[in-house]
Amino acid sequence: MTTQVEYWRWTESRYTNPEVDWRKASTITAGIDVGSVSSKAAVMADNEILAYGLMRTGSNSPDSALNAINRAIEGTGLTMKDIKFIVGTGYGRINIPFAGKAITEIACHARGANYIWGPVVRTILDMGGQDCKAIHCDEKGKVTAFLMNDKCAAGTGRGMEVFADLLQVPITQVGEMSLQVDKEPPPVSSTCVVFAKSEGIGLLRQGWSKNMVLAAYCSAMAHRVVTLLERIGMEKEFVLTGGISKNIGVVSRLEKELGIQAVPLPKDQKFDPQLAGAIGGALFARDLLAKSRKAF
Amino acid sequence: MLSRLGRFFVLSTSYIANYGYADGSGEYYVSIDSEKCNACGECIPACPMHIFQVEEDDYGDMAAVVKESHRKSLKYVCAPCKPTSGVRNLPCQKACKPGAIVHSW
Repeated sequence: MTTQVEYWRWTESRYTNPEVDWRKASTITAGIDVGSVSSKAAVMADNEILAYGLMRTGSNSPDSALNAINRAIEGTGLTMKDIKFIVGTGYGRINIPFAGKAITEIACHARGANYIWGPVVRTILDMGGQDCKAIHCDEKGKVTAFLMNDKCAAGTGRGMEVFADLLQVPITQVGEMSLQVDKEPPPVSSTCVVFAKSEGIGLLRQGWSKNMVLAAYCSAMAHRVVTLLERIGMEKEFVLTGGISKNIGVVSRLEKELGIQAVPLPKDQKFDPQLAGAIGGALFARDLLAKSRKAF
Repeated sequence: MLSRLGRFFVLSTSYIANYGYADGSGEYYVSIDSEKCNACGECIPACPMHIFQVEEDDYGDMAAVVKESHRKSLKYVCAPCKPTSGVRNLPCQKACKPGAIVHSW
């Protein structure tokens, strides 16, 4: 029997911040971001991130959300009862039964990016599994303009999955491999992922190497999202979130095209930029809880 | 003084929401400026395709939005108001007194 390799499959992960003792915290809140491809949960003790879980989304939003939060609290000694307020966000946010409020991922990403990179951040590009969002925010992480494209898979993780599968390259290595080319090839010309795949097959037939085809696709993806950024107002304090932000092949080509370097992650930062939405959700949860306590 | 403070508050929470998409044929966005939008709801009956609704946003303010069900088909939904002979007097823009609605195409 041969084993089927799934090239799109990335590793699920979790993280606990060793410097935070939740038993000393006065409030524990969480944000759950159920995306189209990955589900993220971030648990916050007062103002610090305590733990997070990054899992794949299944066919069912409530289960995916539960899966992510359970993975986040695994080994921390926390139980669901200790979490005082949960905000749901992302594609599946309306279907999270234990979330106290649903907030759009746009507001959450802006808030989370503001927390991760600090108040300098103005332009955020979230390249997710099935959509691409360009967000402009102020120094408090409040949205000042946004644009979301979820009609088409070009410029999203789904598009990259198609190419990983076509070329039989694990998705996490696509970025690195696409940079190992002698000469930068012209970008894949088709916008549509289905046509782009056909074009990729054509290029392979012409004798292009895998790396060359990946380079052509990464560069097409970078080119595609530039127009989104221009529409909402591109500023040099620019960061990337979402799964594609970990693909160095797309990020470096985007930086080159924009002529701007993305703000690097702070040195002591251990959070995955894919968690920005969940972290933003946890921050909103903390504020909402404080507000409701004040009201009583 | 109070009204000035009020206005400052509105300014600090304002944003431009772009609803729509870009595909191979062009960019189709209806944008609503929340600073200008006073959530009066005049756009709702004005639009022959009923694409607008007024709802609470993430920051607790009321604003007009394009319904989720129409966001991926604006090119076609808005087509009856955009004859090829030239776009004049879009009903939504005419109804919106503060001028918060802008079409990208």
